[in-house]
Amino acid sequence: MSRVVTLKINDQDVSGREDETILELARENGIFVPTLCHLEGLSDIGACRLCLIEIKGVPKLMPACVVRAQEGMEVYTESERLKKYRRMVIELLFVEGNHVCSVCVSNGHCELQYLAQKLGVDHIRLEYRSPKREVDASHERFVLDHNRCILCTRCVRVCGEVEGAHTWDLLGRGIQSRVITDLNQPWGDAESCTSCGKCVQVCPTGALTAKGKAVGEMTKHQGFLTTLALMRENDR
Amino acid sequence: MTQQILIDPVTRIEGHAKITIQLNDAGDVEDAHFHVTQLRGFEKFCEGRPFHEMPSLMARICGICPVSHLVASAKACDALLAVTIPPTAANLRRVLNLAQIAQSHALSFFYLSSPDLLLGMDADIEKRNLFGVAQMQPQLARDGVRLRQMGQQIIELLGGKRIHPAWVVPGGVSEPLSSEKRDRILAMLPEGIEISARTLDWFKSVMENYADEILAFSSLKTMFLGLTNEHDELEMYDGLLRIMDADGRIVADGLNPDDYEQFITEKVEPWTYLKSPFYKPLGYPAGIYRVGPLARLNLVKSCGTPRADEALGYFRTLDSQSSFHYHYARLIEILYCFEKIDELLHTPDILSDRVRAHAEPNSEQGVGTSEAPRGTLLHHYQIDQNGLITRANLIIATGHNNYAMDRSVMQVAKRYVKSAHLTEGMLNRVEAVIRTFDPCLSCSTHAVGQMALQIQLIAPDGGVIEEVKR
Repeated sequence: MSRVVTLKINDQDVSGREDETILELARENGIFVPTLCHLEGLSDIGACRLCLIEIKGVPKLMPACVVRAQEGMEVYTESERLKKYRRMVIELLFVEGNHVCSVCVSNGHCELQYLAQKLGVDHIRLEYRSPKREVDASHERFVLDHNRCILCTRCVRVCGEVEGAHTWDLLGRGIQSRVITDLNQPWGDAESCTSCGKCVQVCPTGALTAKGKAVGEMTKHQGFLTTLALMRENDR
Repeated sequence: MTQQILIDPVTRIEGHAKITIQLNDAGDVEDAHFHVTQLRGFEKFCEGRPFHEMPSLMARICGICPVSHLVASAKACDALLAVTIPPTAANLRRVLNLAQIAQSHALSFFYLSSPDLLLGMDADIEKRNLFGVAQMQPQLARDGVRLRQMGQQIIELLGGKRIHPAWVVPGGVSEPLSSEKRDRILAMLPEGIEISARTLDWFKSVMENYADEILAFSSLKTMFLGLTNEHDELEMYDGLLRIMDADGRIVADGLNPDDYEQFITEKVEPWTYLKSPFYKPLGYPAGIYRVGPLARLNLVKSCGTPRADEALGYFRTLDSQSSFHYHYARLIEILYCFEKIDELLHTPDILSDRVRAHAEPNSEQGVGTSEAPRGTLLHHYQIDQNGLITRANLIIATGHNNYAMDRSVMQVAKRYVKSAHLTEGMLNRVEAVIRTFDPCLSCSTHAVGQMALQIQLIAPDGGVIEEVKR
C-alpha cells in the first residue's frame, strides 16, 4: 500500500499517493498541465517536454509525467519561464515537420493545434525546415504521413503495450528519427500489424489517419485505452 | 526613337501582372504584351498527397473562387472513385458554385470595374475606386456590397465558412442541407434578383457612353469555349464542352471534358508564366478562344431562367465579340445564379440525407470540370495504387483567356496610345480591357503573391523610357 504524501502545487495544498506522478496529481486537482507524448493507459517517457514543471530547490525543470510526488514538495506548473519553454517546444515541433493545419485531415481535432492555440503560439519565430518527407498509404485502411509526425511514440507504445503486436518502432537518431513498421517495411507489408487501428486513434496529430478522410474529417477516440486498462486490472 | 511603356502592376485585377507596350520611332505602338509575373507550383507540391485531401488543398489556390476549385477537384476525385454521386449532392454543389459565381461577379463588376464605368475611364485616379463610386452613387456601391455579401452568406450557410469551406468532398458533400438553412437562403434570393435586375437597367443606360471602348475592345476575334447542357442552356456544374467560332458557327460540340487532352493543349510563351491553351485541331494561335460569361452566353440558346433570359434578349443585340460585353454578360449571370439557386432549392429531394457516395479508388486517373466565374476549369489527377497523387494538371479559366488578353492589350494600346507621352486615361483603358476578363492570375498560375499592375515604355535599345507602377 503506497504512503499518502502532502505537497503544494502552485501554493495549493494537495495530497496523493507517493506512487503518483505530479501530472496525475495536478489533473486530479483540476490543474492544467499540457502534454503530447503522455496518454492515460500508456507508459510515460517524458519525451515531449511540454509538461515541464518547476520544483522548489531543484534548479532543473522536470517533466511532470515522470516525477513522483514527495512529502513537502513545492511544485509550480505556471511561470513565465515555463510558458516560454512550452511555446518554444511547440514552435520547434512546427518547424521540424510540415504542419499545414488548413489542409490537414485532422484540422480542428489535433492536439498539437489545440495546444498551440491554448499556449498562445500565434506565430513561429524560427525558420521552417520544410523537410521532404513521405506518405505511406500502403495499408488498406490507414495512412501514415511523416510530415505530421511529432515522434511522441504513442503509436509505438500502444502497439507494444496494449495490442501486443509491436509493429511500430523508431528508426534513426536525432533529426533523422522516424517511426517505422516492422523492420522498416511499407505498412501494408507489415505482417505483425493486426490492423486494429489503436495507433491511429492515439496519434495526437494527422500523422496516422484512416484512409478516405477529407480535410478536417479525422476525429479520434481514445476512451478505449482507459477502459481496456481498467478491464485488465480487474482480470488480475 | 522607339520606347517601351511599362504598366506595373496592373491594378483592380486578382493577381500580379504587368503590361509592356513597345513604341516605334514614330511613337506608334509596335507591340504589346500582358505578362503574368507569378508562379505558385500547386501542380507540383500536391504530388504524393492522398487524393482525398485534394479538394481542400486545391481550393487554397484562390480566396475569391475557391468553390469552383473545390467542385472541379471533387469531381476529379469522384472520377477516381468511379462513382456517381447522389443527385442531391450534385445539386447542393451546384447551389454552392452558383452562389460563388454571383459573389465573384459582384466583386468584379462593382468593386473592380464600376469605377471605370460610373466615373469614366479618364476620371481622376484618386477617385476612380469603390469609394469614389460610393460617393457619386451610393446605391450602386451598396448594391455591389450586398450582392457579394449574399453570395458569401449562401456559401457559409451551406459549407460552414465563407472562404475555403471543406464541405465538398470526394463522393459528394459532407453534410445534408437543413430545412432551416434552405429557408434562410430562399429568403435572400428575391433581393438578389431585384438588385441584379436594377444594375442591368443602370448599366444598359450608360453603355452608350462607351461606344468607342466597345469598338476598340472588339477588334480581336476569337472562338468561345464553355459547358452547355442538353437543353442548350447555361450550365455551371456539369455538361459537355462546345466551341463556337467568331461568326457564331459551332466548331465542335458535345466534347467530353474527360478527353480534354485530345482537343486542348497549352502553349508556353517566353514573356509570361501563364500558359496559353488552344484548340488543338486549329493550332496556335488560330485555335485560341475565350471563356467566361461572354463565351457562355454566346454559346447557349438560353439561360434557362425567365428574368435572365429576358436580359439575354438585349445581350443578343450587342456585338458578341467585344470583350467590353463581358460586363453585361456578368450581370446577366448574377441574375441567373439567384434564379437558378431558387429553382434548385425547390427540387423535391434537396433536403435528402443521401449526399455522399463512398468507395475505394477505382480508377487511376480522373478529370473534373466546372464553370468558374471566369470560365471553364479543368482538374486532372493521376494516382498510384495507394491513392497518392502522381500527377496533377490544372487548366484554369484565366489561362484559357491568356492569349486573348495578350492580344487585346495590343489592340487597345494601338487604338489609344499614340505617342511616347503617357496619359492616365490611356493606361487605364489598357488595364480596363484586362479587367473585362476579370482575370484571376493567382489561380491561373496556381501562384503566390498579391495582385497588381505595371506599364512600361521601352526604347528600341531596350531601355525603359517611362514606367507607371501601382
